[in-house]
Amino acid sequence: MATSSFYGALLRRQLALALRRPVQLLNPLLFFAVVILLFPLGLGPAPDTLSNFAGGILWIVALLANMLGVDSLFRGDFDDGSLDQLLLAEQPLYFVVLPYFFVHWLLNGALLALLAPLFALMLGLPARATGVLVLSLLLGCGVMTVLGAIGAALTVGLRRGGMLIVLLITPFYVPVLIFGAAAVQAAVAHQPAGPYLALLAAMLSLALGLGPAAVAAALRISVDS
Amino acid sequence: MFAPDAPSIISDDMWSLFHKLGSPPWLYRISGSILRWLLPIAVLGLAVGATWGLLYTAPDFRQGNSYRIIYIHVPAAVVALAGYYVMAIAGAIHLIWKMKIADVAMMAAAPVGAALTFIALVTGSIWGKPTWGAWWVWDARITSMLILLFLYLGVMALHEAYDNKAAASRACAVLALVGTVNIPIIYKSVDWWYSLHQPASIKFSGASTIDPSMLWPLLVCIISFYALFTCALLGNMRVAILQRERRTSWVRRLAVETG
Repeated sequence: MATSSFYGALLRRQLALALRRPVQLLNPLLFFAVVILLFPLGLGPAPDTLSNFAGGILWIVALLANMLGVDSLFRGDFDDGSLDQLLLAEQPLYFVVLPYFFVHWLLNGALLALLAPLFALMLGLPARATGVLVLSLLLGCGVMTVLGAIGAALTVGLRRGGMLIVLLITPFYVPVLIFGAAAVQAAVAHQPAGPYLALLAAMLSLALGLGPAAVAAALRISVDS
Repeated sequence: MFAPDAPSIISDDMWSLFHKLGSPPWLYRISGSILRWLLPIAVLGLAVGATWGLLYTAPDFRQGNSYRIIYIHVPAAVVALAGYYVMAIAGAIHLIWKMKIADVAMMAAAPVGAALTFIALVTGSIWGKPTWGAWWVWDARITSMLILLFLYLGVMALHEAYDNKAAASRACAVLALVGTVNIPIIYKSVDWWYSLHQPASIKFSGASTIDPSMLWPLLVCIISFYALFTCALLGNMRVAILQRERRTSWVRRLAVETG
């Protein structure tokens, strides 16, 4: 099979798998909404408090949504054996995992980022920060998808990987959260958010350059064991 | 994988050392003789450094006597971070050359490093009470150490979770290497995030802000902690080697010889 059609077919397959379960598509968004609901209940409904924390809250919830979703990134294909087939394919695994990243980012990152303004409004985030929030989530969810995929690939062969993956990848998410939340804070404080967004973009480049190698190595280990 | 006749910057002697390092009985023997002199040195050095630092240095003009915890806190923190790199390098060697002993070294380093990180956190928290007035301050370096503790615990938990121990070692090596790339980024980002901590007191370039009379015992303590780390690492490795090789003839012979 020609290389380009191979990756095209893989991408279409990933999208088709996701789109055939529309209810599951909604899960990350519902998670986002439900957890956001908890914050006013826990912190109190005072608009000042909430708008102070809004950027951080939205970022933390997006991080959790990404982390929960990434756990199942390779699980289905591992269970039904398609992953073994992909490992045998002549195309390098380094590139084979990229469609997985893209579809996960699209459904657990980009979709969240586009819906985030609604929740930002509900939490009282100043309107001037909305654009930066969306941009930072678009970039940051890309980084988190790659980093989370490493954890997912390492734990896909384990029966109880769910809690473990949180321990494994949370430390790696720290810089993304710091710069993502800082970008929103900067926009709220009338300061330029560009440097933070640039740092997130730099992290995304680094993650896309090195991450697939780590994911490929981890997948081989998981399938071999 | 590596042809011996290929032109190489590594001499034949180094290759033979490399092959010997891959041999469990050789490593078991040599680590025993290393421990016999290194352990007394480590304990003696720690006793000298701690006594010197605790009894024979002047109190700090601002912090009084409370600063003396530096003689435990700083060495533990320094070696805890170095331990991660020991673990990651051992993991890399295991992944690249499939050396049998490297994954033993990697998994032996993890609990020692985690323990040192924990010591650094506890002593830092005790030091923080008189200095900052709180047991826990979300300061950049404390937070980084907490993240380091989670990195160590993650490696240990991942190893525990795999039934197939050969796969567990390779998975942990990948995780440790990913951590190595991430640690500088995490440290820098947490640094930017917040800093309440006093700036680093020992600088290798430029003048130290610590008085030489306080610096010398601190250096003795740091070197002793490194020695102690090596001893614990070798001790852990010896136990793991015996466990893994318990069915081989050399271990049986050893058991008969030592009774």
